[in-house]
Amino acid sequence: MFACARWQGEGGVERSRIGVHSAGGMEHGFVVVVCRGCEDPPCARVCPTDALKRRKGGGVLLKEALCIGCRNCQEACTLGAIFWDDSAGKPMICVHCGTCAKYCPHAVLDLEESVVQEAAHAC
Amino acid sequence: MPAEPLSHVLYIDLTNRTHHVRERSDVFAPGLGGAHAATRLLEEECPAGADPLGPENPAVFAVGPLTCLFPLASKTVAMFKSPLTGDLGESHAGGRSAVAIRHAGYGAIVIRGASDLPLYVVIDGSHVHFRDASAIWGMTRGSTSAKIIRGRESGSGLRTIMRIGRAGERLVRYASVTTETYRHFGRMGLGAVLGSKKLKAIHISGRSSVPVTDRKQYQAIYDEIHTAAVESELMKKYHDLGTAVNVGHLLEMGGLPAKNLRESRYDGAETLSGENLAENYLGRRLACGHCPVACIHLAALRQPYEDEPYFYKTSMISYDYELIYALGTMLGISDAQGYLRLTEAVEDCGLDAMSAGVVLAWATEALERGLISTAETLDVKLAWGDWATYIQAIRLIVEQSNEFYRTLALGAHAAAERYGGAEFALAFNRVEMPGYHTGAGAYANYVTGARHSHLDSAGYSLDQKADPARTPEKLAAELLKEEQWRQVLSSLVVCFFARGIYKPDVVMRALAVAGVSLTESDLTRLGRETLAAKHRFKQREGFAWDAGALPKRIFETPALGHPISEEELRRTVAEFARLATEAQTAG
Repeated sequence: MFACARWQGEGGVERSRIGVHSAGGMEHGFVVVVCRGCEDPPCARVCPTDALKRRKGGGVLLKEALCIGCRNCQEACTLGAIFWDDSAGKPMICVHCGTCAKYCPHAVLDLEESVVQEAAHAC
Repeated sequence: MPAEPLSHVLYIDLTNRTHHVRERSDVFAPGLGGAHAATRLLEEECPAGADPLGPENPAVFAVGPLTCLFPLASKTVAMFKSPLTGDLGESHAGGRSAVAIRHAGYGAIVIRGASDLPLYVVIDGSHVHFRDASAIWGMTRGSTSAKIIRGRESGSGLRTIMRIGRAGERLVRYASVTTETYRHFGRMGLGAVLGSKKLKAIHISGRSSVPVTDRKQYQAIYDEIHTAAVESELMKKYHDLGTAVNVGHLLEMGGLPAKNLRESRYDGAETLSGENLAENYLGRRLACGHCPVACIHLAALRQPYEDEPYFYKTSMISYDYELIYALGTMLGISDAQGYLRLTEAVEDCGLDAMSAGVVLAWATEALERGLISTAETLDVKLAWGDWATYIQAIRLIVEQSNEFYRTLALGAHAAAERYGGAEFALAFNRVEMPGYHTGAGAYANYVTGARHSHLDSAGYSLDQKADPARTPEKLAAELLKEEQWRQVLSSLVVCFFARGIYKPDVVMRALAVAGVSLTESDLTRLGRETLAAKHRFKQREGFAWDAGALPKRIFETPALGHPISEEELRRTVAEFARLATEAQTAG
């Protein structure tokens, strides 16, 4: 979280596009919440102004000028991976730059490109 | 939204249930926070001669200019008047406490007054709420109350839950405050201070950002520190076996206090070693907020339910060197599971593990020597190694069921005053000793350190670097210099484990990114001033530079193979007092 904000030139975690929270208390470990780069992203499907463009290789890119801050995308994301910029009133979504993975000391985070195979139709 | 400047202080009044924020750049100037600012806030908030358990005693929490900006700047400094010593109370904790306070927009939080009903306080950025804690007051397990608060409150960004247990509610003078289940403001009785205020917990969250002056420079210095933290040898011992690695080191050297320091080597200690615990019990490792090291080691302990076959519970229990010493070797325990279960009992009620272990060690020897009998202990037959009996005794101390246990709840020194056995009551200025029996350096440190903690001036480390040319006078000068420098670290606030990384040059460059320009001599001066301010507070509250009566036991048991010279120790303390007084006068 700190790495993500730092990549944007700030200390703290306000601008972080990745979240980490305990799994119901420290004794149970942690859960990482981050965009997994869906092939067919639900957030883009529900955007009324086409501000979220599908990104080549998965995930989305935000066209800020088009965004009206309706939060539809936030509600549509099953993972809860769309964070909110309160001052701009717009979403903050991971762009898969890999900075967080670079600063993860225990290799929990990793950025990799994967090829998704089309599922074969059963006949 | 950019964070409010560090100099914004949140004042919370529990008596009237009000709060306000004040700009205190006078207290935070010039760019230090933490211990530097907290000492000043304590000085102005706490009237001379205040009752440590009265509403006039404040609890101050402070973070520093590097918090949220750099790795390992992860600690919060708490200051209060200690109900254990009657003078300066200072305790540091990590978890997420520091990042949560800074994200909420504050450099410090001052808690004043006392509530008539149990409360917990919720701080979410600029909002403060007072919640009824009657239903969670008196719970046997502290972690249950934290779970309930976590479920009831939401918090944006990172949050911390600091809470007391039954020991704090019952005003045991060495009750701790637990944060994030496994970290503690352990020492000197902050738990009792919050208990006296009927303050069960503080829930803090926020998500403001912290601006930097030069983005490129920030990234460069960040990388330098981060690389040192994750790749260099400096932090290796903390992330591999954790502090428990010290068990083996001290055992080998002959500096591990065992059975109330009758021994400094101990056969049973190997089962409590970092190696054995890691191999057989280590179940998870955790880190404080914004720390890449993950020194927090949790043991997974599977325990069967009594009378019920095939029913088990698995507890995650944090272990560290100081706990292994106090609740393990000091009590002659050589059974890892027994040690872990005793630790769990101490965690459940929110006691300082170190004080609790040393108090029980005194009581075991006092019973053995006939200073007390089972009439006092309520038939609890305290005996070395018998962890199940120690668990019973812990609960009786918390409940203070009779005069004997009420006295034990005041600490080892008070117990020896009442029942005798001062020669083996291992407390210095009423603070039960840390786990290093290494020589005159360690004990001079316990006597003179502002917190009476081995981390104040690292005397134990000097003892291990044998130097025939080190006279008591030279030793005193080295201790004072180290303690003065550590004031800078605890004002930034960085974890002392990172002291090998945060050297003056790194500190200056990191501060420059945070917008503060200080030279090395500025830092040295600020360290000296901070320590002098602490000494002023201690003396105002009755502390005297006098080694006084020292427990004879420390001179009887060899330290690193040799007896400690009482004369050398007293000379060191006298010289420290002279130098510290001089430093105070110099301003």
